[in-house]
Amino acid sequence: MAIITYREAISGALHEALQADPKVFLMGEDIGDYGGSYAVTKGFLKEFGPERIRDMPIAESVIVGTGIGAAMAGMRPVVELMTINFSLLALDQIVNIAAKIHYMSGGQITVPLVIRTVSGGGNQLAASHSQSLEGWFASMPGLRVAVPATPYDARGLLRTALKDKNTTIFVEHSLLYPLKGEVPDEWYTVPFGKAEVKRKGKDVTIVSYLRMTQVALRAAERLAQEHGIEAEVVDLRTLRPLDLEAAVESVKKTNKCVVVEETWRTGGFGAEVVGQIQEAAFDFLDGPVMRVAGKDVPMPYARKLEQSAIPNEDDIIRAVMAPA
Amino acid sequence: MATEIVMPQMGFDMKEGKVARWLKKEGDPVRKGEPIAEIETDKAVVEMEAFGAGVLRKVLVSEGRTVPVGEVIGFIGAPDEALPDTASAPAAPAQAPAAPAEAKEKATAPATAASAPATPAQAPAAPAEAKGKATAPAVAASAPAAPGREIVASPIARKLADEMSVELRQVTGTGPGGRITKEDVLAYVETRKSAPAPAPAAATAQPAAAPVGEQVIELSKMRLAIARRMAESKRTIPHFYVQVAIDMTEAMTLRKGLNEALGGGVKVSVNDMIVKAVAATLGKFPLFNASYVDDKVHVHPHINIGIAIALDQGLIAPGVLDTNHKSLVEIARASRDLAERARQGVLKAEEYTSTTFNVTNLGMYDVDNFTAIITPPQSAALSVGAVKSQPVVRDGQVVVREMMVVTLCIDHRVTDGAQGGLFLKELRAALENPVSLML
Repeated sequence: MAIITYREAISGALHEALQADPKVFLMGEDIGDYGGSYAVTKGFLKEFGPERIRDMPIAESVIVGTGIGAAMAGMRPVVELMTINFSLLALDQIVNIAAKIHYMSGGQITVPLVIRTVSGGGNQLAASHSQSLEGWFASMPGLRVAVPATPYDARGLLRTALKDKNTTIFVEHSLLYPLKGEVPDEWYTVPFGKAEVKRKGKDVTIVSYLRMTQVALRAAERLAQEHGIEAEVVDLRTLRPLDLEAAVESVKKTNKCVVVEETWRTGGFGAEVVGQIQEAAFDFLDGPVMRVAGKDVPMPYARKLEQSAIPNEDDIIRAVMAPA
Repeated sequence: MATEIVMPQMGFDMKEGKVARWLKKEGDPVRKGEPIAEIETDKAVVEMEAFGAGVLRKVLVSEGRTVPVGEVIGFIGAPDEALPDTASAPAAPAQAPAAPAEAKEKATAPATAASAPATPAQAPAAPAEAKGKATAPAVAASAPAAPGREIVASPIARKLADEMSVELRQVTGTGPGGRITKEDVLAYVETRKSAPAPAPAAATAQPAAAPVGEQVIELSKMRLAIARRMAESKRTIPHFYVQVAIDMTEAMTLRKGLNEALGGGVKVSVNDMIVKAVAATLGKFPLFNASYVDDKVHVHPHINIGIAIALDQGLIAPGVLDTNHKSLVEIARASRDLAERARQGVLKAEEYTSTTFNVTNLGMYDVDNFTAIITPPQSAALSVGAVKSQPVVRDGQVVVREMMVVTLCIDHRVTDGAQGGLFLKELRAALENPVSLML
């Protein structure tokens, strides 16, 4: 067992894949010379060479399109979109080709592509660079969407993505990179479509993913310390496939549920989670399933405004305590 | 702002209601929760409580008029405040939800009705009395009398209430908008547990803790209703009892012959003959077919004799309507049908809310005699014992005759012993000359 950072967990999984399989190669902006804008691929160019660590121009559609072509031809590319905001420039490639070519070709073509990207805000990168769009991809049949909250899950899910025959949107968060956590030395994977109870409790169920799971865990600590409320935190780990079994079982026990996500409240993927939970656990609810989500505004640049636009521990605590 | 008084939804399928009686006049002060009107539905007459406090400023719908559920029938407000335009559109009637707990709550006939839209789960009051025609243990499997507005309770609260036999109407909701939450139901169950238990039959005073092995039985809704009505009856009606032994020998012979002649389909029972005799006697003694209300005796125009029927969950006394106009065979048919339907739980409301005199027969249990409790708002009742072979003296000789003891229970506010004696003399004469029952 080792204690490593989220960044190291991902970096390590990429490294071992590059070593083990010559069909694996990386493409992205600043991943080679620069070592990655978040330092994930530091040292990779030197170790694996420019054929396998390819710096790309600022042309997301090309990055993804090339990745799709290589994957269709039998390679195992891992492409990087520096932030999920830039995926907008590659949407047609992702949504209409990567997600659908297997289906539309009657199963003849597969696109085993991993698209790594960074979602969320909190770095004062302003409105067009701070969005959380993973929920959009989670609505699309044909895609996988992974949203790890811990180093353990990041490595385990990436290993699964690298073996999956479909295109996976592998969503990371810049504020999670320095997060430390336990990761076993021996080989393990985390399956897609299996949520995990990260904290056991009996009074309320908090369902979340990606960075919000960490915020929820901190809020749960405070709820216990300050209010004697034991919250059960369910981490979704993948949005597609979506597993709500643990969440529903939890709600049947606690009778109260709060769904937390970073993206805008209106039409956020959390609404899907709420919908499914109330369908499955209606008779067990003591009140409506509540949501804590990003404010419906373009992300502000000013630090205090940005912080108030993104859900924090206080927001979660308030949602749990407030009669609703 | 003046509070609207709105025709409440007091039954799942209630579409309109009649303002039977205003209990307040314009200008009278009204306290919150005070009954202000009697609303008549096709099931019962129910008191409606004021939701606001103030003065009854305006009566929009007069006594005797029927209006749709949700229509504004009056206003309560401060003596001088302006009233909204009375031609305003009626408030949308509250949906009576088909919530599982509601459907399972077989409410007693007297239901509480809240008058105006509000958070409904207020502190529970004892259900308002159904005036006029309701009888005591009135529970039917048909649509329950729901309160004026739906009870707001969370799904888990409803589930728990159902599992723990809690009437949501009794629970105070502390959730948003007065919603009854799981906590509220659990808190109610706690207080219900700690409410003082009735004194045990063995008179030694027990300490506060329940002794080992003691079983606490939750009363069914029907039993609760019976408990309330009977306690109230004994508390308010000055009962006295007059008893006589009736020679049923001739009646038993006639009955045998009748049933042979009828040959199978309908069977006339001893009780049927008693009911027939009572009906005829009531015709001659109308004070026993009456109700004492507010220092007045209301003599009822119809004689509807209630026949007490024992059920698993309690007791019900549905009535044979216009008993005095039915023949013995018709009474036999009716009583069989009532018993059948009572056991299936499919009696019609008017069958148990319009009885004027009850006959309870414990003869099948070999009981010699007993004294019943009058079912309000009746003023008399008959308890019947078993027909037993007894030695009696006739013309100086000891002979064996089929004797049956009956006890007439009487409300002393309505009539007295002498009348009771005369009633029983008449009844006895009818049963001892049973051919008269064939008329």
